[in-house]
Amino acid sequence: MSEKSAGTVSAPQPDKKYPLPKLSAPKMPRGTLYRGNTGMWSWVLHRITGVAIFFFLLVHILDTALVRVSPEAYNAVINQYKTPIMGLGELGLVVAIGFHALNGLRIILIDFWSVGPRYHKLMFVVVILLWIVLLVGFTPRHLMHVFGG
Amino acid sequence: MTTVDVETPRSPRRAERSGRGINLEKWGWIYMRASGVVLVVLIFGHLFVNLVAGEGVKAIDFAFVAGKWADPFWVVWDTLLLWLALIHGANGMRTIVNDYASNELLRRIFKGALVVSTVVLLILGTLVIYTFDPCPDVSADQLELLPSFCGVGA
Repeated sequence: MSEKSAGTVSAPQPDKKYPLPKLSAPKMPRGTLYRGNTGMWSWVLHRITGVAIFFFLLVHILDTALVRVSPEAYNAVINQYKTPIMGLGELGLVVAIGFHALNGLRIILIDFWSVGPRYHKLMFVVVILLWIVLLVGFTPRHLMHVFGG
Repeated sequence: MTTVDVETPRSPRRAERSGRGINLEKWGWIYMRASGVVLVVLIFGHLFVNLVAGEGVKAIDFAFVAGKWADPFWVVWDTLLLWLALIHGANGMRTIVNDYASNELLRRIFKGALVVSTVVLLILGTLVIYTFDPCPDVSADQLELLPSFCGVGA
């Protein structure tokens, strides 16, 4: 026997004044900032758009570097950006950048604004709404440029 | 009776964290947010001038770039864009490599590739901006590609 005994504690007995609470496991884990709901999906989209933008940036620095080769070389490559397929690619780029930028501002507000975590879902809705407004403004204008309007 | 010496549980793996030394992960975290705010302004400005204003993407050519970089404002703008965006992107990719590349060797290879490509592109991009010649020597049939302020263009 150990000489450092913790003593004995009697189990709490239910009584009428303090009844034992009824506990049951939730069917689904409660959503946290990141698990399950808007927090997780905004995080997934943030990663996917971030990777896409990164690889475009690598290419974009290289194609811009062609201005140092010759006007002819630069124009030949940049003209590819004016084709219909690449025009749609630029729309996709703006879609990705628009989400990444707006959601990035939401992340900053969650991290630094005292009530940010409380409003993270509302802010996600605002991000989606601003995203739609941005794309409604950009898409027709860009498609007119690309497809000639 | 034998006793087993159990180490104190839940002690930090590295005990030398005594307040001194730079916490690079913390500064990386701060950098993503600080550069992110600036990049929102820089990139939306870049997209507006290059894709929305005027004839949009159809207007971009050598003379368009020469016209922009004749103004120090756009030289500074594009330099900031290059450095802030590429480091922001590379650091984000580092986070993703850390999350998904479970093989130690593979992780090192990916991160090495990130460092090399980032450094090379930062040097290349900066040299391109600051050694740019808007009126280079070109053959006669390419004179029309030069900006009008070269005095020989269209």
